Amino acid sequence: MTDILAAAEEIRARGESEPFVARDPVNVPTMHAWLDALGDANPVYVSPEAATAAGHPGIVAPPAMIQVWTMPGLGRVRDADDPLWLMLTALTEAGYPSIVATDCDQTYHRYLEPGELVSVRSRLGEVTGPKQTALGEGWFVTTHNTWYVDDEPVAEMAWRVLKFKPRAAAPSPVLRPVISRDTEFFWAGTAANELRIQRCGECGALRHPPGPFCLSCGSDAVGFVVSGGRGTVFSYVVHHHPPVPGRAAPYVVALVELEEGVRMLGEVVDDVRIGTPVEVFWQKIDDSLTLPAWRAR
Amino acid sequence: MTDLPELSIDVTPTFVVSTALATRDFQEVHHDRDLAVARGSQDIFVNILTTTGLVQRYVTDWAGPSARVGRVKIRLGVPCYAYDRLTFSGSVTSVDDGVTTVTVVGRVSRGDHVRGTVEVTR
Repeated sequence: MTDILAAAEEIRARGESEPFVARDPVNVPTMHAWLDALGDANPVYVSPEAATAAGHPGIVAPPAMIQVWTMPGLGRVRDADDPLWLMLTALTEAGYPSIVATDCDQTYHRYLEPGELVSVRSRLGEVTGPKQTALGEGWFVTTHNTWYVDDEPVAEMAWRVLKFKPRAAAPSPVLRPVISRDTEFFWAGTAANELRIQRCGECGALRHPPGPFCLSCGSDAVGFVVSGGRGTVFSYVVHHHPPVPGRAAPYVVALVELEEGVRMLGEVVDDVRIGTPVEVFWQKIDDSLTLPAWRAR
Repeated sequence: MTDLPELSIDVTPTFVVSTALATRDFQEVHHDRDLAVARGSQDIFVNILTTTGLVQRYVTDWAGPSARVGRVKIRLGVPCYAYDRLTFSGSVTSVDDGVTTVTVVGRVSRGDHVRGTVEVTR
């Protein structure tokens, strides 16, 4: 971070870059391409009569084209002393590879006429960060550009970009259960498409959710039985919000009372009411996770 | 407060590509769908020079040929992808010493693509 700010300070201290000169003067064919593409029918850009009626000396270029005249073009790059290029390179090296433009503030001192040749000079403004954004962690870089015709400043632009580290993709498309020593038999069961219910090794009482001790006799001796996978809806909720990774809201989560007597949570894919008879089925998420879910029977 | 008439643009792939070329912007994400998708975008998207130009056009369509645009200030929000629809709305928020300030919002299906102000002398 201090390296980035130090690089910014060094680039800022260079002041304005040398002028980057437009490849072509302001010209009508380039204006026509722009007007056609953007659907701009303002007659002052194409009709000398309309332009003079509006107080211009002749046809003028759309002011918003100012940046177009000094775009590098295909395969041409800005000069090495361009402050934006220098700052972006420093940020790429610091681990922020991606870029997106965020703000553009253009001021036009006058309209340009065909035949005028513009050049642009840039200086580095604010560099702020690191900021957490929706796209990922990044730095905002502002450059100030001034366009000249000869020595006359004709337009200015503050231009802000976000140079960022794209947010890492989620490691998993769903929330994964935390598997403990007490619950690993259950998840090993779902992987084998078996719905396992913990059973006390001492008194034989069934319990769910799993735990380390029997709630009836206090024994820590455990085993399990395989459920027949049938039950009825004891209660349910329809989940709308907040968003849950891997789930498309709304969805229904029910507490199902199994025929064996314990109650178990799970998603239900059918329209259910309290008392609806359901049976288990299996949602295989990937090789290491299979979730039990319920459907009406 | 005066409201401007809405302007709605059908953002076809041709629109995205032709405006990118007309603004001389050769960033691949504005022309090459495969590459745009590979970089995490939904599709090719409109470049910022075009957005600036459209905001200007929206206000001069309303203000007429004799208007002089002095400033266009925009901030981008969500991307404007191909196959979306971009709808501008705007209203006059101040008239001060002959300068009319118009606030403009350009919306797409995902939210606000652009918000900004245009200063124009009429």
